[in-house]
Amino acid sequence: MEFSAPQIAHEVLWPAYVVFGAALLGVLGEAFLPRRRRFVGQVAIATLGLIGGLVGTALVALDLPSVGSDDVAAYGVTTVGDTVALDGPTMFLWGLVLLLGLGGVGLFAERRLESGLSAFAGQAAALPGTEAERKASTEGLDHTEVYPLLMFAVVGMMLFPAANDLLTLFVALEVLSLPLYLLCGLSRRRRLLSQEAAMKYFLLGAFSSGFVIYGIALVYGFSGSMSYAAVTEAVRAGDSGSVLLLTGLGMITVGMLFKVGAVPFHAWTPDVYQGAPTAVTAFMSAATKVAAFGATLRLFYVAFGSERWTWQPMLWVVAIITMLVGAVLAVSQTDVKRMLAYSSIAHTGFILTGLIGLRDTAEVGPAEITSLQAVLFYLVTYSFATLGAFALVGVVRDDSGEVTAMARWAGLGRRSPVVAGVFALFLLSMAGIPLTAGFVGKWAVFAVAVSAGAWPVVVVALASSMIAVFFYVRVILLMYFTADPDPSKAGSADVGVGGDAALAGASSSTEAERGTVTVRSRARVADAVRVETPSLATVVVIAVCVGVTVLLGVMPGPVLDLAGSVGTFIR
Amino acid sequence: MSFVSVAAAGPLSMAASGGEGIPVVDPLQATGAFSLMWLLIALPLAGAVVLLLGGRATDKWGHLLGTATSFASFGLGIYLFVEMLGLSEEERQHGLRLFDWITAGSFTVGFDLLLDPLSILFVLLITGVGSLIHLYSIGYMAHDDRRRRFFAYLNLFVAAMLMLVLAGDFLGLFLGWEGVGLASYLLIGFWQHKPSAAAAAKKAFVINRVGDMGLSLAIMLMFVTFGTSSFAGVSAVAGEASEATLTTIGLLLLLGACGKSAQVPLQAWLLDAMEGPTPVSALIHAATMVTAGVYLVVRANFIFENAPIAQTVVVVVACVTLIWGAVIGCARDDIKKVLAGSTMSQIGYMMLAAGLGTAGYAYAIFHLITHGFFKANMFLGAGSVMHGMDDEVDMRRYGALSRAMPITFVTFGLGYLAIIGFPFFSGFFSKDRIIETALLENPVAGVAALIGAGVTGFYMTRLMLMTYFTNKRWAEKAHPHESPATMTTPLVVLAALSVFGGVLILSDWIKYWLAPVVGEAEEHSMPVPPIVFSIVITVVVAIGVALAFFLVGRRDVPREAPTDVSPLTRAARADLYGDAINEGLVVGPGRVLVEGVTLTDAKVVDGLVEGGSYGIGGLSGRLRRLQNGFVRSYAAAVLLGVLVVVGVLLVVALA
Repeated sequence: MEFSAPQIAHEVLWPAYVVFGAALLGVLGEAFLPRRRRFVGQVAIATLGLIGGLVGTALVALDLPSVGSDDVAAYGVTTVGDTVALDGPTMFLWGLVLLLGLGGVGLFAERRLESGLSAFAGQAAALPGTEAERKASTEGLDHTEVYPLLMFAVVGMMLFPAANDLLTLFVALEVLSLPLYLLCGLSRRRRLLSQEAAMKYFLLGAFSSGFVIYGIALVYGFSGSMSYAAVTEAVRAGDSGSVLLLTGLGMITVGMLFKVGAVPFHAWTPDVYQGAPTAVTAFMSAATKVAAFGATLRLFYVAFGSERWTWQPMLWVVAIITMLVGAVLAVSQTDVKRMLAYSSIAHTGFILTGLIGLRDTAEVGPAEITSLQAVLFYLVTYSFATLGAFALVGVVRDDSGEVTAMARWAGLGRRSPVVAGVFALFLLSMAGIPLTAGFVGKWAVFAVAVSAGAWPVVVVALASSMIAVFFYVRVILLMYFTADPDPSKAGSADVGVGGDAALAGASSSTEAERGTVTVRSRARVADAVRVETPSLATVVVIAVCVGVTVLLGVMPGPVLDLAGSVGTFIR
Repeated sequence: MSFVSVAAAGPLSMAASGGEGIPVVDPLQATGAFSLMWLLIALPLAGAVVLLLGGRATDKWGHLLGTATSFASFGLGIYLFVEMLGLSEEERQHGLRLFDWITAGSFTVGFDLLLDPLSILFVLLITGVGSLIHLYSIGYMAHDDRRRRFFAYLNLFVAAMLMLVLAGDFLGLFLGWEGVGLASYLLIGFWQHKPSAAAAAKKAFVINRVGDMGLSLAIMLMFVTFGTSSFAGVSAVAGEASEATLTTIGLLLLLGACGKSAQVPLQAWLLDAMEGPTPVSALIHAATMVTAGVYLVVRANFIFENAPIAQTVVVVVACVTLIWGAVIGCARDDIKKVLAGSTMSQIGYMMLAAGLGTAGYAYAIFHLITHGFFKANMFLGAGSVMHGMDDEVDMRRYGALSRAMPITFVTFGLGYLAIIGFPFFSGFFSKDRIIETALLENPVAGVAALIGAGVTGFYMTRLMLMTYFTNKRWAEKAHPHESPATMTTPLVVLAALSVFGGVLILSDWIKYWLAPVVGEAEEHSMPVPPIVFSIVITVVVAIGVALAFFLVGRRDVPREAPTDVSPLTRAARADLYGDAINEGLVVGPGRVLVEGVTLTDAKVVDGLVEGGSYGIGGLSGRLRRLQNGFVRSYAAAVLLGVLVVVGVLLVVALA
């Protein structure tokens, strides 16, 4: 057998190289930069790398060759032996992920809230509550490795939606996941909770990755190839009822649904979102979902597009229970981060609703929105609202750090009208109130789903939106119309960590208790919740999110057009 | 908009083509004064923004600013109306695209405004009555330290309501629809320190979401069917869709209308909404917002005309509601709740007319306007009575107030005469036309409407007697007095309008005015002269009034002590039960019905609503237990999920 080196289209791949290079440079910087310069150096490397990637993406996107037929526009190339597809949707998602990465760097670099320290543990290896930990924080140690980690995650997120081959898909999945597992465990405050979150995320992630690789093996067994093109061929030609194919498809789907947080693969979401440092949660909740939905879209539309009639009903079921469970569970949350986590689960359901709206290109009228376009647009609206909302959670604090117990947010609107107003805006957008970005996004995905005949899903989606409005509005009412809580009682509202029903796992629960008891008793003597002025970077991130949310509500046209003009996936 | 071009024929040519022609919305590009129509919405909106963002700095003059913006909007409305009067019929529809809201390729949703004969009438009603209520609130809310906020919400409401009626697209209408819902929520719950007010606000919110869901599904379906949701686009091609689709859209629109307009089965929130300040009840829950459902049905006439089944359902819902509301009106002692029941019932009349199709649309709007006048008048009158009676709402603690507050009494009395349809008052014309049309088009509905008119006569007379006549039953501390001029002036103006509102029907003006929007029905050859209908209706009403007079007015309504706890009070109350039996006898065997209806209202419907939210809370709590924090259970859930996903795939593929 002769080995032929694959052709690599460097001229299209280079934005990814820039980001990857910046990540590697970050590792080197960690080794060679003196400690006090590391922070500035790492932030600079990461920012420049991401901006470089962003500029590159724009340049490349403008120059993609057209490969579509007359009635179906498509642009791009497949490269590296057809394992990577660089087409319009990929470029759109790259741009989005890189923007969110920039937002993540901005939030990671926040050092004003903790009086000169970052939100990350001074020394991750030090046991919580030990002398070593105390020493690390008094010396002002800081893990600047978070920036290269973020960059590696971004590289994975760029590769994920571009994957045009099952193995590349798996590699990208792992590349984006591993840094995130680490990042989740690096919180400076409430470290046990954070470490527990990281552990859970890792275990469950590994578990679901196992299913993915097994599914890939089964699909390979069916089609004899890893590449999407070959899988499509095999599906078209072969027996569509093959148990091998269907089981394989199902297992790969599980990995995708796990990453996007669809029910019943969502259980990690609230615990991880709550435990991870808020900056990480903000970045992860937005960017991971974007990348994972990008990959899911390509997987279903390209590799299994002709098997649509089989997987659509399955996704109907998943979308319906995801929306309902997300919305219903969000109602009873008492913690802002957990509430946002459940809301993000509900949004996963809404995006799946758009994904179900896939139709043959011949069926879609010229003036109609395609399901790809709707999902891409929804991802933009969702990711910026989520990034902004979590960023705001980070600035509402008391002496013990962030205040996430919802009861203590009461009356925030009176004391900090701007923060409360902006948070209300994000919530309204997530609720899909007209003239915010969320409304247009919802409208787009529901419209495509109805066009594809998935009206039962849309009815459930509307019902879930109805329930969802209830808990979003409840937070707004709490901020504006409820009197300030009694500070002596408020501290005890800070329970419900680790799990909804009980505190975390048996072994760690006592430790978690110990960890939070001190926090809580301090909160009791501490003064009330306050909004602290964050650094410029955080302010800019929040401002951009506000801008996007308002602009896309009033003038969604340009972005909607952009999402439409990227063309379809190339095969 | 490719669809608009299909509508080559203008409204006139369609109307000219015969009675069955359904007019197409085909507005001219607004020029001159009409291009200022956005100011109608922008003025009160700016008021709301200034008051909400201005904070305490605006406390001193905030209420004046709020009132001024509303009046300014009204002034502009009148000016545009006069301008429009001067134009020929085919020039009266003006469209204005503020900007392209959603554009994607060749697909566009504009942020469109539409000012046509229908919307201008609503503009006048909303800003006119709204301004009077702003004025009235200056006095009514004088002692409330959150008055500025109240005016901000009122302004917000007016802006949202104007958005609703001025939108040229169902999406824009939906924006206003959500906006009035939000403003109504804020205003019902304005006295949030009262748990009942907070609960009522929540209830209204929840029930309205059900209706909103119907509306959003309808809009979604329009997009899918017609590729557009603009009035112009949909009306041009509505006839081409299948009847099943149109019926579905119609029923979904009706669901939306039921929520907003408190029609059975989504009526339960309206009575509780009376927890809000009285001007709110007058503005939102009598004159404007609750009529949005009627507006929706009339505006979507191009859908309903092509969907006869949906129209029939509208008629059924309307008939049930108009009786239901009237019966509730008989059973309540709380003056505002009687008026709320009556509002439900009157909106039922409007819905009935709207459900009758081309023959009825104009009368629906006519009754909507006259009702806006006399019901706002009576709500504000009730507020004036409460103002003088230390916020007492129980009519059993009123009595003989006609001397104490003469202006309120006279103005309220004029409103009363209007609502029962006393000859030549506004309600006489508007309700007569509806009953008459109903009898001709759909006799069953006509008879229901006729009976409803009799019951209306009964409960309104009972209200009048118990409040202004009979014996004094005041609380000891009560010193009934007339309200200040800012409150009585609106009463006088509205009373005058209640009396003379009927002029709109002179030589069928409103019919011809609305014809470009809703079409013109063929003239029926009446089996009997119209005067016969009027006489029959008046006689039925007279029977209701007489029954009330003999059974309530001729007996002493027992005086009652103000405290609810002393044993004396209970004894006094026992006497009142006698009075309740009186009522029961009046309705005769229908007493069971009265109780049944009120009971159903209180238990079943409330139960469903509250049960719904409790249910979700409970479900939420139970589901929460699955989220126990243990990785092993999460992993088990994933495994279960794998089985489900693979299972569904296999079942779908192999079954």
